[in-house]
Amino acid sequence: MNIYDLPSIPVGRSCTIDYVADSAMAGRLYDLGFTPGASVECLFAAPSGNPRAYLIRGTVIALRNSDAAAIKARY
Amino acid sequence: MDLSSPTNNVSSVLPDIKRRGDGLIVALAGNPNVGKSTVFNALTGMRQHTGNWPGKTVDWAFGTYSYNGHENILVDTPGAYSLFPTSAEEEVTRDFITEGGSDVIVIVCDASCLERNLNLVLQILSFTSDAVVCVNLIDEAAKKGIHVDIAELERLLGIPAVATSARSGAGLSELMEKIERAAASKSRDKESAGPCTRCAGCRGNAACKYGAGAETCTDTGLSGRKTSTSVIFREAEDICSKVVRHDDTAYDGIQLKLDRLLTQRSTGIPVMLVLLAVVFYITMVGANLPSEFLWSFFSRLGNVLDALLYAAGYPEILHSLLLSGVYRTVTWVVSFMLPPMAIFFPLFTLLEDLGYLPRAAFNLDNVFLKCGACGKQSLTMCMGFGCNAAGVVGCRIIESPRERLVAVITNSFVPCNGRFPTLVALITVFFAGTGAFSSALSAVMLTGFILLGVFATFFVSKLLSSTVLKGFASSTAMEMPPFRRPQVGRVIVRSVFDRTLFVLGRAAVTAAPAGLIIWLMANLSVGGESLLSFCAGILDPFARVFGLDGIILTAFILSLPANEILIPVMIMAYTSSGTLIEYESLSELYELFIANGWTALTALNVMFFSIMHWPCATTLLTIKKETGSFKWTLVSFIVPAICGLTLCFITASVYRAVF
Repeated sequence: MNIYDLPSIPVGRSCTIDYVADSAMAGRLYDLGFTPGASVECLFAAPSGNPRAYLIRGTVIALRNSDAAAIKARY
Repeated sequence: MDLSSPTNNVSSVLPDIKRRGDGLIVALAGNPNVGKSTVFNALTGMRQHTGNWPGKTVDWAFGTYSYNGHENILVDTPGAYSLFPTSAEEEVTRDFITEGGSDVIVIVCDASCLERNLNLVLQILSFTSDAVVCVNLIDEAAKKGIHVDIAELERLLGIPAVATSARSGAGLSELMEKIERAAASKSRDKESAGPCTRCAGCRGNAACKYGAGAETCTDTGLSGRKTSTSVIFREAEDICSKVVRHDDTAYDGIQLKLDRLLTQRSTGIPVMLVLLAVVFYITMVGANLPSEFLWSFFSRLGNVLDALLYAAGYPEILHSLLLSGVYRTVTWVVSFMLPPMAIFFPLFTLLEDLGYLPRAAFNLDNVFLKCGACGKQSLTMCMGFGCNAAGVVGCRIIESPRERLVAVITNSFVPCNGRFPTLVALITVFFAGTGAFSSALSAVMLTGFILLGVFATFFVSKLLSSTVLKGFASSTAMEMPPFRRPQVGRVIVRSVFDRTLFVLGRAAVTAAPAGLIIWLMANLSVGGESLLSFCAGILDPFARVFGLDGIILTAFILSLPANEILIPVMIMAYTSSGTLIEYESLSELYELFIANGWTALTALNVMFFSIMHWPCATTLLTIKKETGSFKWTLVSFIVPAICGLTLCFITASVYRAVF
């Protein structure tokens, strides 16, 4: 199983978070529930493909691709 | 992410809070979008006080409710995802919660996403057990097939829990009762406080506030925060696996279809434009008749009043001052502001209630990213439609100070409802006329003007981000709340009373003295010429360069206190120069403007300049207060003015070259 940056995982594909790289936003991503082991799915994307909206622990959170790239996931 | 420096602000606000009641002090905490303010409103009703957190631009509210003969005080803390703050709002929440400002903390959660909400719950429980968990939106969760076992949740957390649906009021009396129970078994006493069991480092240090799962209590850096949050979420998953039952684990299909329709490449932007145009169409069609009716009603009433004053023997100058000055200005504002606002605000609140606005912000985010700005700026722009001062205050939701300034400076490019009537009236009399088809045309034109303002916002944001406010867009995380069936009755009440009447009242209050001053300027003479036409005469050559005239520019300057009086000032200035006509309908307004040398270009440039000139006085004062800087207030004044003058100069030059 390969590890991908979250923004490169296609819409509708459910995946599991492997780790979150250290970044200015890492702490906030953790607060929102993006922690290792959590399952996440991109539900829909903006017209330009950025940002994208993710289903995480029952809520839908929109993240810009540059921020979501800190999240590494596998599927 | 500084956890080590709690302030003493709590002790400075406590005396003020305590004065309000003799019962418990209850803090209301919770993630954003969990219905926390609905719980607050349902419990306190009209008994609310709002204020400003000392030293910070954070509004906060407290209210009271009676229980068993005591007045309990409920303090509404700003929504927070965790006690590790990333914004001024979250700092206030952390300070109030951790510094023991309350007897009991009520932690409001959304039943549909309990797991995420338990992060905050468990963080709070790591240093106090004087808390009640309020699992709100329980009915909405039930509709999605999500059921929460409250008794088991109580057992696992060791504190009282209650299921509520604050919108319908269900569970609120039980909540009040459990608050009392939690207070009765109060344990928060520095000596008797339970040891911190989750923190690996302090091993029972009672003063440990943040240690939940951290390596040590003092490890509040990123790695400590990551460890502690991971530990908490594992615990949250464990609890949820025992208390939450899903009938169906798939995400709601209808929600998803709607979300994709509103955001995908082929339909996202077109749907947004159509929605905007439809809102304007309904506003224009609906507002035309009532506006005309009110205006002619007030004109006839004015004639009656005039006759009465005459009969009572008051001097001529007094009725002229009262009727042509004060009365006419105020009635213009009421006639042309009330109907569009009474239609536009409920429609807009409806979109807000449905949950559409976050989707619009989502669609536009990439443009803001490219402009080096924050995606939430679209939300502050939406607030600007109501009132730019409100939009400026709303910019607090933007966490980065640089991006907040960009949003503050550009907010006035969104025409507030004070400028709306000017646009509507000029479009109607000069370009579209009235009637169903013409209303469609007007709606399209109005949408075009709004888009021009939006485009100016992008352009200036980009310009600021690459010059004086240099920087790149910081990170943005936006929650997309589920679509909710709007409560139509409440929408109407809220938009009519909270917004329409409030804004109208404020406009009328400024219009009355402004009308008086303008009347004086139009009637006091300097060297055989009225003060108004004297000023206009000085400005005239300058104004002509921009396709305007001296009176128009003077009117823009005089309407600094309130944009809604722009057209009444122009009417007064034009009519005082001899051609006094009884304008009982908009078509006579057209005659008046044409008689004073207006062309289609003049009307167009007045509209352009109305969208881009300077913010009104209230907005400027608000900007000064929010930014604390005279310099940025000045920038907010000058930037739109330069944009407007440049645009008018271009159109005027093109017009002169062509005709």
